[in-house]
Amino acid sequence: MTKELICINCPMGCALTAEVENGKVISVTGNTCKRGEIYAQNELTAPVRVVTTTAMAQNGKPVPVKTKDTIPKEKIFEVVAAIKGVTVPLPVKMGDTILKNAADTGVDIIAARSMG
Amino acid sequence: MKTSYELIIIGGGPAGMAAAIAAKEAGCDDLVILERDNVLGGILNQCIHNGFGLHTFNEELTGPEYAERYADKVRALDIPYELGTMVLDVTKDDNNDKNVTVISPERGAVTLKAKAVILAMGCRERPRGALNIPGFRPQGVYTAGTAQKLVNLEGVKVGKEVVILGSGDIGLIMARRMTLEGAKVKAVAELMPYSSGLKRNIVQCLDDYGIPLLLSHTVVDIKGKEKLEGVYIAQVDEKNTPVAGTEEYYPCDTLLLSCGLLPENELSIGAGVSIDPRTNGAFVNESLETSIEGVFSCGNVLHVHDLVDFVSEESARAGANAVRYIRNGEASGESINVTPGNGVRYTVPCKINKESITDSVHIRFRVTGVYKDTNIVIKSGDNEILRRKSRILVPSEMLDIIIKKEKLENITTDINVCLEEAAK
Amino acid sequence: MYDVVVIGAGAVGCACARELSKYRLSVCVVEKESDVCEGTSKANSAIVHAGFDAKPGTLKARLNVRGSEMMQELSEKLDFAYKRNEAMVLCFDKADIPALDELLEKGHKNGVKELEIVSGDKARELEGALTDQVEAALVAHTSAIVCPFEMTIAFAENAYANGVEFMLSAEVKSIDKTENGFKIKTSRGEVAAKLIINCAGVYADKIHGMVSKTPMKIIPRKGEYMLLDKAAGGLVSRTIFQLPTKMGKGILVSPTVHGNLLAGPTAENIDDKENTATTSAGLNDVRNKGALSVKNIPWNKVITSFTGLRAVGESGDFMIEESDIAGFFDCAGIESPGLTSAPAIGEYVCELVKSRLELTPKDNFIDTRKGVIHFASLTREQQNELINKEPAYGRIVCRCETVTEGEILDAINRPLGAKTLDGVKRRTRAGMGRCQAGFCSPATMALLADKLGCGIGDIKKTGSLESEVYAK
Repeated sequence: MTKELICINCPMGCALTAEVENGKVISVTGNTCKRGEIYAQNELTAPVRVVTTTAMAQNGKPVPVKTKDTIPKEKIFEVVAAIKGVTVPLPVKMGDTILKNAADTGVDIIAARSMG
Repeated sequence: MKTSYELIIIGGGPAGMAAAIAAKEAGCDDLVILERDNVLGGILNQCIHNGFGLHTFNEELTGPEYAERYADKVRALDIPYELGTMVLDVTKDDNNDKNVTVISPERGAVTLKAKAVILAMGCRERPRGALNIPGFRPQGVYTAGTAQKLVNLEGVKVGKEVVILGSGDIGLIMARRMTLEGAKVKAVAELMPYSSGLKRNIVQCLDDYGIPLLLSHTVVDIKGKEKLEGVYIAQVDEKNTPVAGTEEYYPCDTLLLSCGLLPENELSIGAGVSIDPRTNGAFVNESLETSIEGVFSCGNVLHVHDLVDFVSEESARAGANAVRYIRNGEASGESINVTPGNGVRYTVPCKINKESITDSVHIRFRVTGVYKDTNIVIKSGDNEILRRKSRILVPSEMLDIIIKKEKLENITTDINVCLEEAAK
Repeated sequence: MYDVVVIGAGAVGCACARELSKYRLSVCVVEKESDVCEGTSKANSAIVHAGFDAKPGTLKARLNVRGSEMMQELSEKLDFAYKRNEAMVLCFDKADIPALDELLEKGHKNGVKELEIVSGDKARELEGALTDQVEAALVAHTSAIVCPFEMTIAFAENAYANGVEFMLSAEVKSIDKTENGFKIKTSRGEVAAKLIINCAGVYADKIHGMVSKTPMKIIPRKGEYMLLDKAAGGLVSRTIFQLPTKMGKGILVSPTVHGNLLAGPTAENIDDKENTATTSAGLNDVRNKGALSVKNIPWNKVITSFTGLRAVGESGDFMIEESDIAGFFDCAGIESPGLTSAPAIGEYVCELVKSRLELTPKDNFIDTRKGVIHFASLTREQQNELINKEPAYGRIVCRCETVTEGEILDAINRPLGAKTLDGVKRRTRAGMGRCQAGFCSPATMALLADKLGCGIGDIKKTGSLESEVYAK
């Protein structure tokens, strides 16, 4: 089976063509770098995303945060909900962990900006 | 307080910071960044999504992270910057000095002097009025960037049921952002038959959340007197005119507009800088110098970029060039015009003085529509300087071609950048 | 019980209240919106008409000319923007020149000074952007432009300073005649008054009908406008009219006192008194008709468009009189030139009221008022003096119009101050510029939230508010 998809790794947005057999990706074309191939592999088997959102700091202002690594796509809303439950103590430095193992993904949430 | 500088940089966003760092690294210590906000970083602070820095840092950062890395470097290099400082006007006097009038609580209203000025004020969004969308003027209609600021910097819940007009990147990013904040984004309507945003954003901001993208559609009416109640969306024909009978009602409490960015050149115009009507930014030469000697322009105030990485790169060149101007004055030699040809909307720069090129020159441009299997051709008369095949070219992407100095050696007449159909 | 309750805080209501505040009376203005200047007064051509257009002998003619005469002095005393920029009425067909003569004649009969008819060429000499089709023009040297928001707010603030109370976000629900006056039921509670002045604009018929048995009908006449960037503001220096028709003065092109260019209005009678929506047909009409008068209007520099509703009565004249119910006075059918006439209507209403109340002048009437400082228009020295005193004037919030935090705080904190984004905008011009508040609205919302003690997300753009307090 042939699958068409757009690589989201970088702004080039390469149009990828993948051959899938028995749930396995056997070839990827159209990519201009290695990451495109990995993307197609993941996307067609177990899609993943980096999630960015905000958490509330103790002063009521939002702190931008992100998942330190990619998480399974279907876990996005659970991860966001977990982040909403956190109050970030100030001061916070860029890169500080504000939540460990968000929604059991094994991925930590880190601050994307120093504040306070 | 100090009132005279070699170099004044107007704007402390990605462009201004990169220009300042490059200027400092080129040996200019007598400089200052003037920033109107109360933090450095400009619009990046509200762009909390990732996708920044792949070219600059070889990793994917969020906007605030990208900004903080640059701001850290500004501080590490001891580059002076003044926050909460608004520049009211820029003029050139008879000695070729630039007078920069500023206002801040600390300084009051004063005029600063500089040998060179870098304009790095960024851009703003096209507001509803400029789009001529008929209907009421209720609460709940925001430009996407204003909504982004309210959500990401103020922590305000902007709305529950959302329609987005325009598929620019900020609109797409906000479609996902509002969804993650619990809103239902009902549709993104785009007037053109193609999106003006990056393809990756259509995938990861719309497709991931099942948000429909309605191409060749626009908002034709806005309902609700005090609070937005809904919008009518209609199809448009080839001339972008709404087709009667295709209107469909979308109840919503929020309408976000992501219909283009405009370089914010009021200061430049006040200074007498010539503006290119195609970019709404300054006409610049290879050194990113405007029509006024010693006044440089870079980043989104020069032309709207697709990636901040390119803003940083361009601005660093402006910073280095400004220092060269401060040290050596204006370069001698004649300039050759650079003009956009078939399929090319504009070029930056619009002229090149070969004497000023050290190693190579960047030509940046955007195409006028979607082109498949096309050659980008740069030529001067019959003299072909460059030919590059491209599988697909889209208006949302800014193209950057670097030409080596030796390629220009024999060139004496206008350089034309155009697209030619490639043999399949 | 108040001596007088004025219903409606538009230009006419506020002008009446100010005029009444010269006398020893207790006066209250009742308004359904959270701010003054929310109806017709905020969406009109902003012209101080010379007075040549109204039919001689009418109230319209008399009050227009009187209002026009009063306006400059009022603008100085009450600190609102006014500029005598002159006006031209264009005629595009030689056959219509007699109509221009008639207009001149009417002007003379109405007592308008400084009117002349010039040739098409002379007109183009005066205004280089006029089209080649212009055959002749009537020039009115006393015509002026004004800021309708500042004017209305100035009347209101001055009235307030002289003891008038304002009850805002109070919609009148019903009015009962009592033995010695009226009981007015509003969405905020009851007020009693000896006399009522009905200045309710397009709703004047509804208010009238709550008391009187004689029928009144006010037809909202929709007028759509486009406002252009200041970069286009210098295209014409005079207000450019076209020969009037029975639907009004036609599409005008005019600079505004703040340097923008305004084109409009269309004229369409409608039923819905709330229909302030623009339409694509209406905006096209503005573009097409505007282009008849002025060449090369840069329509790509439109920063906003809006609709105003004129309150048109059936008589063709202003209906300012005591109704069949003693003590209930109407100021109805105040269409153009209502803005110009407003201060004269105030005077006239006081004359009428004399038949019911004894008017004793106050000896402590304050006849001046200072508006919010316009920082951008100050000299460098004045700016620095201000920043020294109050650093908030050194923080620019609205970049497009160079409005400082100091001005916004003043607009919010002063009596009858702004409570909504639109309220701040009308008092300071923050958000009135080319980016239409894209940049400054979050900052303005934060300043409002701070004052009102609510969250930023609770700040409203416009409209009535639930948690309103009686001013004073």
